Amino acid sequence: MSTIRCDIVSAEQEIFHGHVSMVIATGEMGELGIAPRHAPLITRLKPGQVRLKLENGDEQFFYVSGGILEVQPQVVTVLADTAVRAADLDEAAARKAKDEAERAIANRSDAMEIAEAQNQLAQAIAQLQALEHLRRNLKH
Amino acid sequence: MAGGREIKTKIKSVQNTRKVTRALEMVSASKIRRAQDLMKASRPYARLMRQAIGHIALANSEYRHPFMVEREDVRRVGYVIVSTDRGLCGGLNTNLFRTLLPQIRAWQDKGVEVDLVCIGQKATSYFRRLKINMLGSVTHLGEKPQVAELVGVIKVMLDAYTEGRIDRLSLVYNDFVNTMTQKATIDQLLPLPPGDESPSTHAWDYLYEPDARTVLDHVLTRYVESLVYQATLENLASEHAARMVAMKSASDNATKAIGELTLIYNKARQAAITQEISEIVGGAAAV
Repeated sequence: MSTIRCDIVSAEQEIFHGHVSMVIATGEMGELGIAPRHAPLITRLKPGQVRLKLENGDEQFFYVSGGILEVQPQVVTVLADTAVRAADLDEAAARKAKDEAERAIANRSDAMEIAEAQNQLAQAIAQLQALEHLRRNLKH
Repeated sequence: MAGGREIKTKIKSVQNTRKVTRALEMVSASKIRRAQDLMKASRPYARLMRQAIGHIALANSEYRHPFMVEREDVRRVGYVIVSTDRGLCGGLNTNLFRTLLPQIRAWQDKGVEVDLVCIGQKATSYFRRLKINMLGSVTHLGEKPQVAELVGVIKVMLDAYTEGRIDRLSLVYNDFVNTMTQKATIDQLLPLPPGDESPSTHAWDYLYEPDARTVLDHVLTRYVESLVYQATLENLASEHAARMVAMKSASDNATKAIGELTLIYNKARQAAITQEISEIVGGAAAV
């Protein structure tokens, strides 16, 4: 029986690699069964199972929360997402990042500012002391 | 006895400092291994992602994604800057910013404006003071950064690129070479730098489901995310390595200072004793 190499990875770890006789996954347009010598294909995956038929007839299951399936003549690659992703969730994350930046810009009482203020204060005190010193010397 | 007590106090305070730097050094030494493991674990994804992108670049698609097309007229550029949250890591952040600043100045001299997103507290507060336009920021990612935490800042930049508000996007981070060496690195993210074009033997294209545009959008977004995630992990490992080295040299310096101070203290004590004896002897002789 012919086999094809299959790699399943997520950004945070390697999940599977080895030779399989078939990969079954939930693509965006529906279930896909990829056998060896499939035409090159690339698609998004929906959250769901990826089923592998191993050489010895066993099956293995993996749950993916979305990702990408790429089919090449020699290899099937599944790039799995680590978390459920949706357009509106991404949007919310982007908004949060913007808010964070605005907050950082607006926030004046941050440690850096305090250090700067202390620095200026120290300089002012030193100048005052120098003036005082000068004045005393002039009197004598 | 001249200044004996003051020297003693000084020695105590240096000893306390050394305790802190030792502890920090040890903490970093243990964390660096975990950071390296994380880095290694995320490499297969990055490698396969690059491979897939390589395939896509070779495919003879009718659709050219905007991320892959070089823009001739660059009016505004973006940088994603990865820094640490905390200090006490030697010149790690300073070196990084110093590598970046000449580039920013060069763009500004050409009349090109610069937009930033910052990952990490240090970059956020540094570039805020420089008054460079900041589009987004994320801080306090902790010891185990998640891709989900980075999605926001990346989307801000990708949206800006898609809408034509920026024409080029680069990634700035410390590359972890080994424990002693971290290299400040600036990589171009968008448009995708052209890979080595190996002449394909025959023209082929993918079957795209549902269509080329949707799929490429998705794939290229994930690609950029994986690069930024990888950079964050590299930077985390660099942070611990740099902190370990900095704290080690701080501890060594403290030890040296304590040695010198102890010598001064002993000399002062000896001088006081000698003086006392000679006073007594002198006094006895006078009587």
